Amino acid sequence: MALKLPVRNKQGRGRRRNEHVPSRERAIRYVLMAATWISVLALAAVFTELLLGAFPAFTSINIVDFFTGTVWNPSHPLYPLYGVLPLFVATLMVAFAAALIAIPIGLGCTIYLAELASPRVKAIFKPAIEILAGIPSVIFGFFALVILSEWIAMVFDPVNKLNALNGAIMLAVMMIPIMVTVAEDAINAVPNNLREASLALGATRWETVRHVVLPSALSGIVAAIVLAFGRAVGETMTVLMATGNSTLLSFDFLRSVQTMTAAIAIDFGEVASGSDHYHVLFLVGLMLFVITFVINFLADWVVRRFREEYK
Amino acid sequence: MNRKHKEMLYFTAFRACALLVVLALVILVGYMVTGGLGKISLEFLTEMPRRANTEGGILPAIMGTFYLMVIVLVVSVPIGVMSAIYLVEYEQSSWMGRMFKLAVYNLAGVPSIVYGLLGLSIFVGYLGFGFSLISAGLTLSIMTLPLMITASREAISAVPQSVRDASTALGATKWQTIWHHVLPYALPGIFTGIILSVSRAAGETAPLMLTGVAMSLQTLPDSFFDSFMALPYHLFYMATQSSDLLATRPLQYATALVLLLLVLGMNMVAIVMRKRYRDKYKW
Repeated sequence: MALKLPVRNKQGRGRRRNEHVPSRERAIRYVLMAATWISVLALAAVFTELLLGAFPAFTSINIVDFFTGTVWNPSHPLYPLYGVLPLFVATLMVAFAAALIAIPIGLGCTIYLAELASPRVKAIFKPAIEILAGIPSVIFGFFALVILSEWIAMVFDPVNKLNALNGAIMLAVMMIPIMVTVAEDAINAVPNNLREASLALGATRWETVRHVVLPSALSGIVAAIVLAFGRAVGETMTVLMATGNSTLLSFDFLRSVQTMTAAIAIDFGEVASGSDHYHVLFLVGLMLFVITFVINFLADWVVRRFREEYK
Repeated sequence: MNRKHKEMLYFTAFRACALLVVLALVILVGYMVTGGLGKISLEFLTEMPRRANTEGGILPAIMGTFYLMVIVLVVSVPIGVMSAIYLVEYEQSSWMGRMFKLAVYNLAGVPSIVYGLLGLSIFVGYLGFGFSLISAGLTLSIMTLPLMITASREAISAVPQSVRDASTALGATKWQTIWHHVLPYALPGIFTGIILSVSRAAGETAPLMLTGVAMSLQTLPDSFFDSFMALPYHLFYMATQSSDLLATRPLQYATALVLLLLVLGMNMVAIVMRKRYRDKYKW
């Protein structure tokens, strides 16, 4: 047999290995690789299908009006108006308010679990938070619809019983478990000798947390917040059931609003396939996809910077 | 206020935050249990709905959710585990490995309603499955895939490198090493991931709304190409569109409780299993 020149090693890590790979091994490798490609294809399919679905809308409706229009009334028989602003504003309003509620509570909860709680308390609290994260969103929506809205009506005297505040509070409860899980990892990754050094210098535990631990874990905490925010933007059932689905542009938290996700979920029930409305909904979906993609990308970028800090 | 008092103040606030979160869970579950427990009976679980869902049971919804879980199990689990093996054992650091990981990460962040759009245009439309059980099941499978992959990946990479090295040093091939020495140790972790993913699929609603869930059926689906009912959508429909919202409220609570018990039960099994496994193998 002729002398084989060393070929580029596909199995990585630059090591030279025995050149002979049994055919069964090679076949297994290809099967596994094919399975992995499915994820990439799925992501590509999501993007392509949104583009294809939304594409006809670029010619059939005025795209500038879509992004700047303040009226969303797609089911008007003669003059349907496709202004995405009311939906976009509602999505941001609900998600930002939810973040405002979730950030302090989630952060407090994270610090308690990571720095203060005894192992025994942790053994109860951590599964509880995990279980909260596992509750289906439709149940959060149902709770907001039936119970939380009544509580809000008692306190605030809202314009509509189902309103943006209702959705925001419920979303906050859903965001906290995601936030706590990621942020706790970040705090746990701070090396213990930093804490010990700070305590040895006479700082109290709170001063250590405030001036040593939190700054060191900052990017991980920011990533946790961004990630949770992304989930809040993409959440459908909770806001669909909690916020009342009025499509009027409004900045009032005590009024009913409709988010982008809710509009897609509701309108598809009545829309004719291939109509303008159908394609516009895909465009809304595309917008949603791009927004969450950017948010996730930001979170990933922040986390990766964080990893480099402690190697 | 001196430093000690300040510390106490802050720490009390943090403890209150943590308690608040647990309290939220207790309130949520508590309302569902007290509202729904009285209404759950054998008839409720095993009968067909009557009079536009205002009477009778939720059997078709339970079975629909069960079928969806089976589809997810059959489709998503093998693909997920195979991808995870490939990502950990074969493709660690090349650009292709990075691309795969990035794809999985981003797939996990796609909103569920967008998966619904995917299912609508690809499974219902292009592939011609129509509004059916299989369209919804495949959509949910793709949605849970990143969860499946991430959980399996963690379980597989938790197996120490020394196990692999020992096996390879004795002359085992790569696949023999993975099959006989890595997977057995990773299996409990993978099972945990499977349970969590399937329970996620069971509770998901939004993608179903675009891929063929029905409001009320008198029959169970005969084939994968039939329309179906599902627990979470049934709850949504009953709570928002039912003909008499207040009169059916007990039924709504009961449906919510059945769904909650199903999902939380699976979650708890997963949590306990993971704890056992972590206690058993401390590398």
